Amino acid sequence: MRGNFVRSPDDAELAALLKAAIAGDERAYAAFLAEVAARVRSFARRRLSAGGVDAEDIVQETLLAIHLKRHTWRQDAAVLPWVFAIARFKMIDAFRRRGRSIEVDISEFSETLAEPEKEAVSSRDIGRVVEALAPAQKAVVSAISVEGHSIADTARALDMTEAAVRVAFHRGLATIAARFGKG
Amino acid sequence: MQTNDLIEALAKDTRSQGPSPMLALAGAAAVAVMIAAAVFFAVLGPRPDFAHAMGTSRFVLKFVVTGALAATAFACTARLARPGESLRGTALLLLAPAILIVAVAVEFQAIPSVDWEARWIGTNSLVCMMSIPLIGIGPLAVFLAALRYGAPTRPRLAGAVAGLLAGGMGALFYAAHCPDDSPFFVATWYTIAIAGLAVVGALAGQRLLRW
Repeated sequence: MRGNFVRSPDDAELAALLKAAIAGDERAYAAFLAEVAARVRSFARRRLSAGGVDAEDIVQETLLAIHLKRHTWRQDAAVLPWVFAIARFKMIDAFRRRGRSIEVDISEFSETLAEPEKEAVSSRDIGRVVEALAPAQKAVVSAISVEGHSIADTARALDMTEAAVRVAFHRGLATIAARFGKG
Repeated sequence: MQTNDLIEALAKDTRSQGPSPMLALAGAAAVAVMIAAAVFFAVLGPRPDFAHAMGTSRFVLKFVVTGALAATAFACTARLARPGESLRGTALLLLAPAILIVAVAVEFQAIPSVDWEARWIGTNSLVCMMSIPLIGIGPLAVFLAALRYGAPTRPRLAGAVAGLLAGGMGALFYAAHCPDDSPFFVATWYTIAIAGLAVVGALAGQRLLRW
């Protein structure tokens, strides 16, 4: 079964990036996540013809989940089935949460409501979840993710050690993933 | 927040990642065995004629069946902890029921029909149905915690299989205490007790295995 599995070129490339990322290569990781985001975006848009769930929310939730669960990827396994299994899970989860709200079927109008090809601004923005974090985590997460500072700069600005910044940042991301879209 | 900002932020979170879900489950299994053993020895203990019983095929068969269930359920739980794994391996779970069905068929041949009912009812089916969940509930909690560390995309199924694993483990210990060795008894009362844990696992999985 697994022995005669042939990795597609795309998958091999993604696997190489993810392996480098796991070894600590930030640029490889950013490239990996950007590629995954593009694929999940088109995957989600193809399945979200009706309103109610924002494709970009699915993309962001999937990226967070991939990040926090990257230890569940086996280095000898294909990357894309793993990625899409996570994306599908997040999409079903989003539909389940929205289950009770009324959804209007707009499939008949899909011609006129042509989907934007560029990234749309999310309706349930992560920014709001960041606002609700505990003060210390919020300071670290917004410095790094919203203002784009490095770990070292953030540590200096907040008078923390880099290790403490990393811990607070990681915990903040985990909290965001747990709360994102639950509101 | 724009997705590109999120990507830049995630890339900076380069803390080394934890062990694989397989390793976590193996650790959970070690803890679960200790919990099950502690409960077993504190509450029940092996039956007085344990050494002698080990020489009888019906008694040994109970360990074969419950051990097969625990082992195959462990393998399936490990698969269910990772997204994107094929579920073809879940057919392995049929191994323990298959062994039991053969044993029941043999028992029908070996035992005169007047004794069937006595063997089926046994002497302590109620203790059996209470003891297996009692021994297995701690292990189930441990396995659910390990699954939470993984990323099960089928939470209910993963919880149910974890229940089978905990049930198999509970039954494996309980078998050493249980005075009823007939496959008739095992196929009925053990199955009910283990299925109960599987249902608890499925319900708990649905609620707890969100990520």
